[in-house]
Amino acid sequence: MGLKSNLHNLKEKYKGTKMAPAFNAIHTFLYLPNEITHNGTHIKAADDLKRTMNTVIMALIPCLIFGMYNAGYQHHIALGEITTKANGFLGASFWTIDNLVVGLWKVLPLVIVSYGVGLAIEFLFAVIKKHEVEEGYLVTGMLVPLIVPIDTPLWMLAVAVVFGVVIGKEVFGGTGMNILNPALTIRAFLFFAYPTWMSGDKVWVHGAVERANQIAAGENVDAISGETILGSLAQNNGVLGYDWMDMFFGIIPGSIGETSTFLILIGALFLIFAKIGSWRIMLSSVIGALVMGLIFNGVVSSGWITESSKFYGLMSTEFWHHLLIGGFAFGTVFMATDPVTASQTNKGKWIYGFLVGFISIMIRVFNPAYPEGVMLAILLMNVFAPTIDHYVVQGNVKKRMKRLKAKTA
Amino acid sequence: MGLLSKKDSKLILDPLADNNPITIQVLGICSALAITAELEASIVMSISVLFVLGVGNVIISLIRNIIPSKIRIIVQLIVVAALVIIVDLVLKAFAYELSKTLSVFVGLIITNCIIMGRFEAFALGNGPWRSFLDGIGNAFGYGVILIIVGFFRELLGSGTLLGFPILGDPIEKTGLYAFGYENNGFMLLSPMALIVVGLIIWVQRSKNKALIED
Repeated sequence: MGLKSNLHNLKEKYKGTKMAPAFNAIHTFLYLPNEITHNGTHIKAADDLKRTMNTVIMALIPCLIFGMYNAGYQHHIALGEITTKANGFLGASFWTIDNLVVGLWKVLPLVIVSYGVGLAIEFLFAVIKKHEVEEGYLVTGMLVPLIVPIDTPLWMLAVAVVFGVVIGKEVFGGTGMNILNPALTIRAFLFFAYPTWMSGDKVWVHGAVERANQIAAGENVDAISGETILGSLAQNNGVLGYDWMDMFFGIIPGSIGETSTFLILIGALFLIFAKIGSWRIMLSSVIGALVMGLIFNGVVSSGWITESSKFYGLMSTEFWHHLLIGGFAFGTVFMATDPVTASQTNKGKWIYGFLVGFISIMIRVFNPAYPEGVMLAILLMNVFAPTIDHYVVQGNVKKRMKRLKAKTA
Repeated sequence: MGLLSKKDSKLILDPLADNNPITIQVLGICSALAITAELEASIVMSISVLFVLGVGNVIISLIRNIIPSKIRIIVQLIVVAALVIIVDLVLKAFAYELSKTLSVFVGLIITNCIIMGRFEAFALGNGPWRSFLDGIGNAFGYGVILIIVGFFRELLGSGTLLGFPILGDPIEKTGLYAFGYENNGFMLLSPMALIVVGLIIWVQRSKNKALIED
């Protein structure tokens, strides 16, 4: 193990200097640390922060790989190079090398920039504040490329990562102290700072913006726009000919990692099985979304909203379709369950999750300018999570006080 | 400073940094958030507050011994209101477009906490000269922050300064825009002003540890 002993020597050499945390971090990241706890209680458990983070990344890998294939597939469909629609998950025209190459070409730079910039800032803060580098960015760095449009310019992503990590996390004291989910802070920053790159019907398929410009310039380019189902529904244009199987397996335009509800579901089961993601939050958030969807369907079927209304398209969407389209599934499984920013108490998790689902669908329907309601809903509930916990704990205290009084009286 | 004694010059210099009304006392935040999307508006707002606070402090200081203490708040309000109306009318007469941008916030100088705060805390207990210095000192401290925030918000949000294009033309794609740069729309929204003020506070307190509370 040449690298390991080299690293060890370097660590000894820089011990006690400013650069020590940086070398320690590289060592911890690549190998098992060889330091032993010296005092206090020794609890033997393997699930340290690094393992937790790696588990979430493993759950994300299927979405990432699928996202690459899908990026290429959507690109080729839009160019008219693929004429046979992929039928179902195992469609022959989907899993091709051509699709993967386009996907790799577009997605890998996003991943590299996200990790490079984010980890650089983590290292910088560790050196300045003289603490060990925390592994908190490992998951954020993987989430970020999965939730942005494929053509996001790399410098924008870098600016947003700097903002998200510094303002969203480091000012509060680093990993574990943040109020807002850093990945969503990064996305929200991009969304409000550069709206033309983050929403609309041209950003979700690679090259769609350029093709639209070419068409506007009078060139004869054969192309269909890469509108998402959500965007189309918000304009009362229906689901663009996709059936629910397409939505479930994710062969639709959208952010890189969010489209395949099927693979997200597998990731969710893996997280629940590994006891890392909270099933309470996932389940209650799905319930919340279904309840809101049912309310809207009820409003439509009772005739209060007619087809002339601008809300008709999304309100009349069958309530369970809301789970399949947009980023709802991805946000619920991978971001609402972030243990730092979600509620901590079990009862609190039910309330928190329910409201995330409920508000996501509400924002999605009522504000066509922000079709991706799940981002805003999770950020909003992140802010309220400590409040929910406070009242759950107070309620418990009151209940016990009453019991105590009844006993002693 | 030959002109001012050491004690007097402290009145002006203190609010500029170590006792800044915005970053240390956290007063007058509303206007700092609302009108700093453009540098020009920030400068005009700073000058307006400079006038109101400087003159107001002198007036209050001159009449401080004849104001019955029970109605002193009302008297102070009348003085500010009169001065603000002067500013408002001057702006409407000579800079109409700008006064439309500033809109209600000129009127709201009346409720700017810094002004009532200085009247109460300083002008009621000190002579006119010292009150004047204190007034313009605090107004400068307020203005400095406003101008810093306005500078960054206009530069990064619109790519201009005082209305002149600095970074090139976003439509013709010249200057920085030719390389794919885009204006940051978030800078034009009020939350970003809060974050910029927060960053200034962060930098200031990490430079001077004595300012950190508890």
